[in-house]
Amino acid sequence: MTSEPVKVGSVPRARSRAVLTHVGGLHARPSIKLTQLAKRFDAAVWIAVAEHGPWTDAKSIARVMAMKTPHMATLYFMAEGEGADDATGALARLVESDFPDDNVNGQ
Amino acid sequence: MDSKTAAVVCLRGTPVSPGLARGPLVVLTDEAHGPAHKRGSAAEESTRLRAAIATASAELAELMERDGEAEAQTILAFQVAMLADPVVTEPALAAITAGAAAEQAWLTAMDSQIREYHEADDLYFRARASDLRDMRDRVLRGLAAVAAAPIAPGSIVVASDLPPSRFLEITWDGGGVALTQGSPNSHVAMLARSRGVPMLVGVEQADLRGHTEALIDTDNAVLVASPDGRLAIDFASRQQRAEIVRAEAERYVGVPALTLNGEQVQVLINVADGRELEQIDPACCDGVGLVRTELILHAAADLADEEKQFQSYSRILRWAGGRPVIIRTLDAGGDKPIAGHTVDGEANPFLGIRGLRLSLLHPQVLTTQLRALARAASLGPLKVMVPMVTSPRELDRVRVLRDSAVAALRREGLECATPELGMMVEVPAAALAIDLFDADFLSIGSNDLIQYVTATSRDSSALATLQDPLQPAVLRLIHEVVAHADAHGIPVSLCGDMASDVRCIPALLDVGLRCLSVAPTALARVKGAVARHRTAKPKGGRLA
Repeated sequence: MTSEPVKVGSVPRARSRAVLTHVGGLHARPSIKLTQLAKRFDAAVWIAVAEHGPWTDAKSIARVMAMKTPHMATLYFMAEGEGADDATGALARLVESDFPDDNVNGQ
Repeated sequence: MDSKTAAVVCLRGTPVSPGLARGPLVVLTDEAHGPAHKRGSAAEESTRLRAAIATASAELAELMERDGEAEAQTILAFQVAMLADPVVTEPALAAITAGAAAEQAWLTAMDSQIREYHEADDLYFRARASDLRDMRDRVLRGLAAVAAAPIAPGSIVVASDLPPSRFLEITWDGGGVALTQGSPNSHVAMLARSRGVPMLVGVEQADLRGHTEALIDTDNAVLVASPDGRLAIDFASRQQRAEIVRAEAERYVGVPALTLNGEQVQVLINVADGRELEQIDPACCDGVGLVRTELILHAAADLADEEKQFQSYSRILRWAGGRPVIIRTLDAGGDKPIAGHTVDGEANPFLGIRGLRLSLLHPQVLTTQLRALARAASLGPLKVMVPMVTSPRELDRVRVLRDSAVAALRREGLECATPELGMMVEVPAAALAIDLFDADFLSIGSNDLIQYVTATSRDSSALATLQDPLQPAVLRLIHEVVAHADAHGIPVSLCGDMASDVRCIPALLDVGLRCLSVAPTALARVKGAVARHRTAKPKGGRLA
């Protein structure tokens, strides 16, 4: 976990949020999908269960699972770097659409 | 018996996946982590660890290829993702740089990950600790360059716990699992259930050295090592029966019932309080042939609660998804008393105020039920059936009450429909004069019909031989009712125990019945019995 990342120069930064409607919470399958999606972006991506953190690396399955996020928690995303906007948007959509697609490889 | 053969050992456990299994006994001891390895340089140790992690990932990926099932995929994908996560591997590699051997570094790093889950409040997250131990041990085996001992197909595997990835490597083929630890929520238990592998957890500890064979019997919640002759024979016959049931279910339960000569038979189900429907796929039956509302309305208070009844009936209709649902009005009395409603102290309750007789004694209670039924009828093809009808006038009185209930609901602006009104044929007076009744459909209640025709009490086991459902008197009556119904285009079914008894199916089909309502657990065997029978004379006629 990190404290609020410091904004450096004109690096793009974006935020989003979504309610975790997935029954059971952020279990293995949704966590895998979430981290796989986060890893597709060059930007650094963080996740939190409160608006001001603490922030967790959204690309680490170990860290994301260790949050043990329960059903109906609000998830906050923050990204910094190339494609930050796309990353936070895509992650929020993934959560809002309840982690569609049965393939856990996300392919 | 060979003197070297070990004596039978019986150990109790908690079934988490049902079934019967028998095979060679394999006891997995907690795996040793291989012979001590002479620690190399930091560079050598980190190369060893990276190689072991790569091997473990490749093995897991191969298992994922082999197993397409969602639960297995999730477990394996989680382990693969963890092995690829620097958060997991970096601390181990850092410990190696600081002087630790690969084994120790990996153990320490993984133990801190496992602790994250081991103490979680949420049972789901707590169960992930075992997935991580599994992953830890797979990498340790790679470091020790020892392959997990192969397990023969169809084995009875006894262990303290069985990691999911180990479970997936084993060819079960009739084998089973007994764990001294384990929990119903573990991934391995979920896997066992989805594969139909019998499994016990929390099994009593015992020294099983010297035993080569074992069986798992979840009906009796036991693991038996070296089962002796009698036990083994009993088990084999139960296993055989279970196999027949399973094979029949697989072959017949999901398809329409057809006789050997291709005649279609409708098979509906009998429902008690509706809760059992959660376990049943509606596609497996042609509808609901009997809902016993006295099992929904337990107390006198429920009889006056129209809303509660409406909700209960609606739930069944929604489940049926457009298939017909026959709901029987209260059949209390006889052996089914409702405190404060049925008549106490009758000398002969089976010949007393029961079924429709009781309902007509309390028209306000019957009206409440008819209102709830008419409201639910707006949701789908609901039909109302009345029990214990003796005279045509009784049925006429119910029709008047139904019509005025519908009229009142319409005045109140409540959504409703006029349900068809049919009758149980279980009193001989009704069966013998069936042409005098104005019923939209008929359902033969064979249990009471047999009791009344043979003048033998249902609860007397001494008179069982006189109650043979296949005796001519009963079959002739059923034949006459069916012939009348067919001649007049009235749907007719049979909803007593006879319909669920495979011995009776040929006779029922031969007297012309083409609609049976059976216990849900009998669906497959009834459809199987229909499929094996060639009907005596092909016949048409409308069905319920």
